[in-house]
Amino acid sequence: MSKGILIYAEVLKSGYVAPVFFSLAAKAQELSEKLNGEEVMALLICKTGDAERFKEGFQACGVDKVYVYEDEHFDHYSTELYSKIAVDLAREIEPAIFLIGATTQGRDLAPRISTQLGTGLTADCTGLDINEKNMLAATRPTFGGKLMATILCKNFPQMATVRAGVFPFLETPVYKDTQMIYKNHNLQNFETKAKLLEFIQSTEEVINSLDNAKIIVAGGKGVKTKESFVLLDRLADVLGGTVAASRGAVDMGLAPASIQVGQTGKTVSPEVYIACGISGAIQHTVGIEGAKKIIAINIDKDAPIFGVADVGIVGDLNSIVPQLTEYMELRGK
Amino acid sequence: MKIVVCIKQVPDTTEIKWTENNTIQRDGVESIMNPYDVQALETALKIKNSRDDVFITAVTMGPPQAVDMLKKAIALGADDAILLSDKKFAGADTYATGRTLSQAIVEKAGDYDLIICGQFAIDGDTAQTGPAIATRLDLPQVTFVRDIKEVHNDRIVVQREIENGLEIVEVRLPALICTLLGNDEPMRARVAGVIKGQNFDVKIYGHEEIGLTPDEIGIKGSPTYVSKAFRPEKRNDCVFVDTVEELAAAIGGEDV
Repeated sequence: MSKGILIYAEVLKSGYVAPVFFSLAAKAQELSEKLNGEEVMALLICKTGDAERFKEGFQACGVDKVYVYEDEHFDHYSTELYSKIAVDLAREIEPAIFLIGATTQGRDLAPRISTQLGTGLTADCTGLDINEKNMLAATRPTFGGKLMATILCKNFPQMATVRAGVFPFLETPVYKDTQMIYKNHNLQNFETKAKLLEFIQSTEEVINSLDNAKIIVAGGKGVKTKESFVLLDRLADVLGGTVAASRGAVDMGLAPASIQVGQTGKTVSPEVYIACGISGAIQHTVGIEGAKKIIAINIDKDAPIFGVADVGIVGDLNSIVPQLTEYMELRGK
Repeated sequence: MKIVVCIKQVPDTTEIKWTENNTIQRDGVESIMNPYDVQALETALKIKNSRDDVFITAVTMGPPQAVDMLKKAIALGADDAILLSDKKFAGADTYATGRTLSQAIVEKAGDYDLIICGQFAIDGDTAQTGPAIATRLDLPQVTFVRDIKEVHNDRIVVQREIENGLEIVEVRLPALICTLLGNDEPMRARVAGVIKGQNFDVKIYGHEEIGLTPDEIGIKGSPTYVSKAFRPEKRNDCVFVDTVEELAAAIGGEDV
């Protein structure tokens, strides 16, 4: 019978376990309690010798067992290799629940695993609970955040991905006597068809200016063109603020990923956050919860952004933003 | 080189409204080609422009009306189009969708060197169908692809975008890639293309024709199911204003 909660412990390029793992481990404590104390387990794939370095972190967040796959060659992620390891482990230990962080790596890996295991996977959950039948109830936003759906899975393991920052870390550590289980494997020379040739780290300069910004003017998919994005630059200039973007705008190539705000980007806490053409999917709004005041400009009066905004105006940002800029200029701010 | 592009017809999520009875109003909402899949098609067309041996097949699973979207794909430059349409396909999650699409690609699209999917669909936003297809066809995958750097007969080199930087990845063909949105101007069909699209006989297949049983598709073939759907809670009472003067006052810290 399938039992326990397995969590994938992603190791970042910086050599640490990804923060999203610890937020999932915190949530897993709560789920484990509702499942009469079923075990919380982690899957760790890392360079030889690193697991010992991570042990204290696993102990503090209440992990009962860590399945460790170490090798000197395991220094960067490979879809083919990592999914093979995860599938083999899941078949062996048969967890009831398998949670993975919705990072780019997690989103690449998780569907590969679930498809091979013949089970379901609920993406980008914002809520996880155990229902009256002891099944995982995974809640996620859909239709651009306009509808929430609670999804159940008929097969095991019940799999879900969750973004960073959705669940809080443990307030006080739950120390456990974590068992480190080193798995034997013959994957030293595992042949992969995809090979990483080069990694180019993004520059950090812009990111820092978002950290301290008092006023942020942010653009979303509704900005539509680079020309319109320039309008936001001008408004930010006049206000003495900084420009940011939602994932939608970054995906459209309107803005660089370095100024992305939201779960996969930065978490910001300015005095005023002006969201222009941002629909307000929960993936974005978790990044701006710390803002003192949120002002939304959106053409869609039902856009979820108005659900979190303090002040809103319904209309086309292409006319409102220049008007506002001009007004601010005349007023001398 | 044979390229299969998977595209999805999605409701324009910016158009979806709530009715007074707390249900989602989808009637009258325009269907569009998922923007990420537009990029997938555009990526295939770029490769086609750089070589003279490229044959592009567009595949979709959807209602009969999705024929129009496939005709548009033909108009833009795809060479063939396959629609998987069957009432029994309805309610499929990403697992069943991956099975249906991968089976159809094998049965009906024939050999392929490269499969291109959009990274996300704007309605479901799961990013799972591409990897599910790759897994079923035992193909390597590269996700979050921003750009194609090199195309060779046996391999391609792509640039992918991850949290803290860019990765340059070489992958052996056949392979599957998932594309992010690009910077290009939206594609426009030429008149000759539009006429070709209008007259194109899109092939339509149901579950039997691709060799799947009713238990393997749609709701029945899906391990996940929606137990409840509800409207997200509003966290704030937004004050709506009408003028930039009021907006300016709000930015300046005055109460509206």
